[in-house]
Amino acid sequence: MSIEVKEAEKQEAAPRASVLDAPLPSKRMLVNLGPSHPAMHGTARAVVELEGENIASCKLDIGFLHRGFEKSCENVTWTQVFPYTDRLNYVSSIMNNVGFALAVEKLCKLEVPERAQYLRTITSEIHRVCDHLTLVGALGLELGAMTVFLYAIEGRDLLWDRLTELCGARLTSNYARIGGVSRDVPEGWIEKTTATLDRVVALRDEIDALLTRNRIFVDRTRGVGVVSRADALDLGFTGPCLRASGEPYDVRKAAPYLVYDRLDFDIPVGSAGDTFDRYLMRIEEMKQSDKMIRQCFRDMAPGELVPRDFRYVLPPKPEVYGTIEGLMAHFKLIMEGIQVPAGEAYGYTEAANGELGFYLVSDGGGRPYKIGLRAPGWPMLAALPIILKGALLADLVPTFDSINMIGGEVEQ
Amino acid sequence: MSTELDAIPSIIPTRRDDAVGALEKMVSKGLGWARKYSLFQYPFVTACCGMEYMTLAAARYDLDRFGAALPRFSPRQADLLMVVGTINCKQAPVLRRVWESISEPKWVVAFGVCASSGGFYDNYATVQGIDRIIPVDVYVPGCPPRPEQVLDGIMMLQAKIQGQHHTFTEGKPLPVLGQAPRQR
Amino acid sequence: MSKVVIDALVERFRDPVKGDGVTGASVGPGGDDVAFVARERLLEVCQLLRDDPAMQFNMAPYITAVDYLGQTPRFEVVYNLLSTALNHRIRLRVKVPEEDAVLPSVCGIWRGANWFERYCFDMYGISFTGHPDLRRLYMYDEFVGHPLRKDYPLRGRQPLVTELEVPAERFRGPGPAERGE
Repeated sequence: MSIEVKEAEKQEAAPRASVLDAPLPSKRMLVNLGPSHPAMHGTARAVVELEGENIASCKLDIGFLHRGFEKSCENVTWTQVFPYTDRLNYVSSIMNNVGFALAVEKLCKLEVPERAQYLRTITSEIHRVCDHLTLVGALGLELGAMTVFLYAIEGRDLLWDRLTELCGARLTSNYARIGGVSRDVPEGWIEKTTATLDRVVALRDEIDALLTRNRIFVDRTRGVGVVSRADALDLGFTGPCLRASGEPYDVRKAAPYLVYDRLDFDIPVGSAGDTFDRYLMRIEEMKQSDKMIRQCFRDMAPGELVPRDFRYVLPPKPEVYGTIEGLMAHFKLIMEGIQVPAGEAYGYTEAANGELGFYLVSDGGGRPYKIGLRAPGWPMLAALPIILKGALLADLVPTFDSINMIGGEVEQ
Repeated sequence: MSTELDAIPSIIPTRRDDAVGALEKMVSKGLGWARKYSLFQYPFVTACCGMEYMTLAAARYDLDRFGAALPRFSPRQADLLMVVGTINCKQAPVLRRVWESISEPKWVVAFGVCASSGGFYDNYATVQGIDRIIPVDVYVPGCPPRPEQVLDGIMMLQAKIQGQHHTFTEGKPLPVLGQAPRQR
Repeated sequence: MSKVVIDALVERFRDPVKGDGVTGASVGPGGDDVAFVARERLLEVCQLLRDDPAMQFNMAPYITAVDYLGQTPRFEVVYNLLSTALNHRIRLRVKVPEEDAVLPSVCGIWRGANWFERYCFDMYGISFTGHPDLRRLYMYDEFVGHPLRKDYPLRGRQPLVTELEVPAERFRGPGPAERGE
C-alpha cells in the first residue's frame, strides 16, 4: 500500500488525545479511621470521603471518651473535683488543677499567697514543657521519626521524676488546692530540677536538630493544614494554633494571672498557620517556658502555701488537734465541702493547648452546681473537617497531631 | 490428657498414657514459652493511661525486653489486647468487636483502674469495668499505674500463659461473632 | 473598659414596648461583664458585638448551657465572647424556657459555635434553629434523654452491649453496686 494510505489509517487508529487524558470514572471511597486507631489519639472517629487521594469531606465522630466529667463533678465537693480535672488534659494536668483553682478563687474572692503562686507557675510551665514534648514526640512518631519519640518521652520522664518528688504522682498530679498548693518543694528540689531542665534542653535541641531542617518532615508539614488568621479567629482557635496563624493573643500577656506579669518572656507568633508552624510554636514555647521556670526559681521567696482562711482552707494539723475552731473547721470542710458563695464566674488560663476555661456556677453549697469546661483542643478538633477539605489523606495525620487534641479534655 | 481416667482413682494410668501425656506437656511448655515471650499487643488506648503506655513502650521502661515490643494495630495480627484507659458505653461495642476479631489464643490486660472497674467515673457514661464485656486475664490497677506496675502485670500474664495448656491445634470450634464470651 | 460596652449595648437595645433586649448588665468579679439578653434579640446583639468597631468580639470561645431546675425559665445558655483586637470579654446569658427550648443559632456569626451548640443540644436538649448539622455530639444516637439535665440520674447507664452480671461481692464504684445496670 502507498504511504499516504498507511498514514491515514494510523491517524484513524490513534484515539483522540482528549479521550486518552480524561480521568477515569471513579466513585468516592469512604474510609473509616478509628475510633481505635493509633493516629487518632485514642478516640476520635474520622469518616473520610476520598476522591482519589484527596479528602472530599471528613466527618468527625467523637464521644468515645465521654466520661461524664461535668455530671460527676456536680456530685462531689469542690476539693474532690481536683482529681477529675487532672484527667482532663492528662498530659499537662497541673494546668487543669490551677485553672480550676483560679476560677473557684475568683468566685470566692480568695487571695493566694505569693509562694503558692510561684509554685503554681513553675509546675504549670513544667507541665507545658511535658505537653509540648509529647506532641512533638507523637508528631515525629506518626511521621516515621521514632527516635524523636524516644527522646521526647525520655525528656518527659525526667520531668515527671521531679514532679513525682513534688506531688506524689507522675501524671495526674492533683497539686493545686483552693487557696494555694498542697505541699511545698522537698529539700534540694530546685537544684535537681534545674539540672533536669538542662538535660531536657539538651534533648529538645536534639529533637529540634532532627526535625526542623529535616527534608522529609518539612515536606510533610509545610503548607499542610493551613489556617488563615481570620479563619482561626472565627473558628474559635486559641493558644499555639491561633498564634501559629498570626494572631498574637496569649492570656498570659493579655490578662496576666499568677506571676506572669512579673516574668520576662516572649510570645512566639507564626505566619503561615500550617502544621510546620504549629510544630515550631511548640519548640519555641518550650524555650520560653524554660526561661520562665528559671526566673521563678530565682525570684521565689519562702512563704505560706495557703491563706489562713479556714472557710476555704484546711487548718494546719496542730490546730486541728489542739483548738476547737480548727477541729470544727476541718470537720465542716471535709464533710460539707467548701461553701463557695453563690454566683457564676468564668476563669480562663493559658494552658499548653490554648485557653482553658472553667465556667462555674455555685448555689452557695459545698458542691458545684455546674462546672463547664472550655477545652482548648475543642475548636481545633471541630475545625478539622474544614481545614482538611481538599487535602491529601496522608496530610490528615500530621494535621491531626499538630492541633493536639487530647481526648480527656475535648470529651470531658 | 487422661481426665476420664483420673476420675476413677482405682485405675492407674498406663505407661502409654504417661508417655503421651509427657509429650503433650513438653509441647505445651514449649508453646507456652514461645507465646509468652512473643506477645503482639493491640494497645486499645483511650485515655490517660495511654501516656503511661507510651512511657512503657519507650526507652526507659522498655517493654521490648519482655518480647512484647511490637504493637500491632490490626486485631488479626495481635494476640494481647491491652485495654488502656476508660471504656465508655459508646466505645464498648467497638471494644467487643475488636476483641472478637482477635484470633485465639488471645489474652486481655485491663490496664488501669478505669478498665478494671470503671475507676471513679461511676456515672451514665462509663462501663464499670471491661470484664462486663470481655473476659480479662490480668488487671493492673492504678490511676495511672506506674510502668513498673504494668511490667509486673505483664510478668504475671507471662506466668499465666506458661501455665496454660497449649496445643498446636485448638480442636475447638471457632467463635462466631456475637457469641457470649468464652469462659476461662 | 467593658462597662462602656455593656452600657452601650443596654442603651442600644432599650425598648420599653417589647421589653429591653439587654438587661441586668453588671461588672462581675475579675472584670467579668455579664448581660442578660432576650431570646428574640440574640442574633442582633451578637451581630452588633461582632461588627461594631468599638466592640469587635471576633471570637466565641465558650458557649454552654445551665439547667436551673426549679426556676422558670429553666435553662440558660451562656455565651462567653472575646475580642482579641481590643482585649476585652463579655458574657451573655439567655434564658430559655423548658417547654420551648429553642434558640437561634449563632453559627452564621461565629463558625466556631457549631459544636458548642451541638453540645447544648446533646446534653440539655436545647435546639438551635439555623444550625447546619444539629445532632448529638457525645452520646450515641440510641441514647434516650439528655444527661446533664438535673433530673437525669447520675448512674443512668444505657449500655449498648449486653453486660455480664458481676457478682455482688465485687464492689464497684462509690456507691452500692446496682444490679442490672
